[in-house]
Amino acid sequence: MIATEQQNLTAEIAELAGRHGRDRGALMPILQALQERHHQISEFAMQEVAALLDVHPVEVYSVVTFYAFLKAGKEGKFVIRLCRTISCDMREKDKVARQMENELGISFGQTTADGMFTLEWANCLGMCDQGPAMLVNDQVFTAVTFEKVHDVLEGCRRSFSVHPAPKGGH
Amino acid sequence: MNSHVINVKTRGPILFGGVTAGEGLKKALAMSRSEIISEVRASGLKGRGGAGFPTGVKWNLAAAALGQRKFVVCNADEGEPGTFKDRVLLSDYADLVFEGMTIAGLAIGARQGIVYLRGEYRYLLAPLEANLARRREEGLLGSAILGRQGFDFDVEIRLGSGAYVCGEETALIESLEGHRGEPRNRPPFPVDTGYLGQPTIVNNVETLALAASVLAKGAEWFKAIGTDKSTGSKLFSVSGDCQSPGVYEFPMGITIAQLLKVVGGEEAKAVQVGGASGHCVPAKQFERTLAFEDIPTGGSIIVFGPGRDMLKVARNFMEFFVEESCGQCTPCRYGNVALLEGVEMIEKGRCSMTHLNELKALGETMQISSKCGLGQSSSNAFLSIVTHFENEILGRPVPA
Repeated sequence: MIATEQQNLTAEIAELAGRHGRDRGALMPILQALQERHHQISEFAMQEVAALLDVHPVEVYSVVTFYAFLKAGKEGKFVIRLCRTISCDMREKDKVARQMENELGISFGQTTADGMFTLEWANCLGMCDQGPAMLVNDQVFTAVTFEKVHDVLEGCRRSFSVHPAPKGGH
Repeated sequence: MNSHVINVKTRGPILFGGVTAGEGLKKALAMSRSEIISEVRASGLKGRGGAGFPTGVKWNLAAAALGQRKFVVCNADEGEPGTFKDRVLLSDYADLVFEGMTIAGLAIGARQGIVYLRGEYRYLLAPLEANLARRREEGLLGSAILGRQGFDFDVEIRLGSGAYVCGEETALIESLEGHRGEPRNRPPFPVDTGYLGQPTIVNNVETLALAASVLAKGAEWFKAIGTDKSTGSKLFSVSGDCQSPGVYEFPMGITIAQLLKVVGGEEAKAVQVGGASGHCVPAKQFERTLAFEDIPTGGSIIVFGPGRDMLKVARNFMEFFVEESCGQCTPCRYGNVALLEGVEMIEKGRCSMTHLNELKALGETMQISSKCGLGQSSSNAFLSIVTHFENEILGRPVPA
């Protein structure tokens, strides 16, 4: 990481600590904000947070590695979490999972080479009445079908494309 | 709000019925703290997260505890597989939930409330924040609520980050304090040593909404619904092999057979009551009741049709617990892995009766020796499935 990037991150963490406070209770909100903005919590970021909150960096590391939604390694811009728990499982989530892998060319637990998508399993998303369910970042999708998988992925790609489609029609 | 978030099937007598937000708080403000707690105690309301601890008793303990500050925590970490009723309450009845928190704050002498919202429900954050802002404008939160001098209370929403164990109240508090979500020993209980070491009540979303209803309509009205030991109504999250999955409100004490008839699941060969940590109930026991005195539940009902392979069900639950065990205590950390390996042996048709009995004994050991509710209940599903469906599970063909 180049020096200016590190300085920017340090400033950003200081700003987050200013907003959430410098006591230990501010740790989760700060880490959640970093995860959302940078799609990872790097070791450098953990050290900076630890210094500001006056805890050992290992404490921060132990928290980051405990929670499924916090990651030390880089994740894609879109994190797709497909529910694998019983009710979604009974609604054939395996078929949706295979289609997802085919569309993205990666397996669960991996990130696409362009850094766009990460594919993960999730435990119960609380959409058991409308499965199979998945989260794309914070957005929830229910009754996911093959067509829906394709449409959702295309929608993600479009929202990040260099030349967005002109508004108001095809 | 996205329409798919709400999937209410029956509108029952309490939450989805006659109570409107606002009534309960007005009545509470005209009462003393001890009168409020007496009313909740008299209603017989018990915790709706599944454990069924009497709410009035919990409030009374926190009210009597000495502390510089006290806290009201709403447990919205709805992670139990098959449970989604809090999602509906927070989407459609958030006012009733916040009102319940405010009344609890008044009753125990707390000025701060915290909603611990699971990270998976982050899409509910913006509408809930908007609701809180509106309540502040209307004088229902903040200083001198509804003009009552000295009664200050506000609510803050904090997010989880994908850990089932944080639904356990002491793990939830650890997470709020910026730690790994590892449960504490109890006692001391949160009512005297909770968030930041201060007296804290942790109540389920549904419990708080019901407490507001009790204050609005009175303990007698509430007690008239349900059974003697399980008063009031309950929200059931119904999923699996039935015609109409969704959220249902029924009086406590309904039988499984009655419930299955309403949801269109009469063909079921088994029902999982209480989610992954609950029990698998076979068809011959469908006359049993859903109530604290018979089968206690947080409301998760997963229906298994005649064609379901129950071993696959057991496997799914064990995979869940291997993943979600916090790893702190040995019976849970190793026990769930051993049970999952047992399921794999059974799948391959290579499990002797002797070995199955050893697995059952291990499951029973986990129930009595694990530190928290997760480990104490994680073998329930495995044990009830291998007990009730032995003929389906043993002697499976060896895969080629």
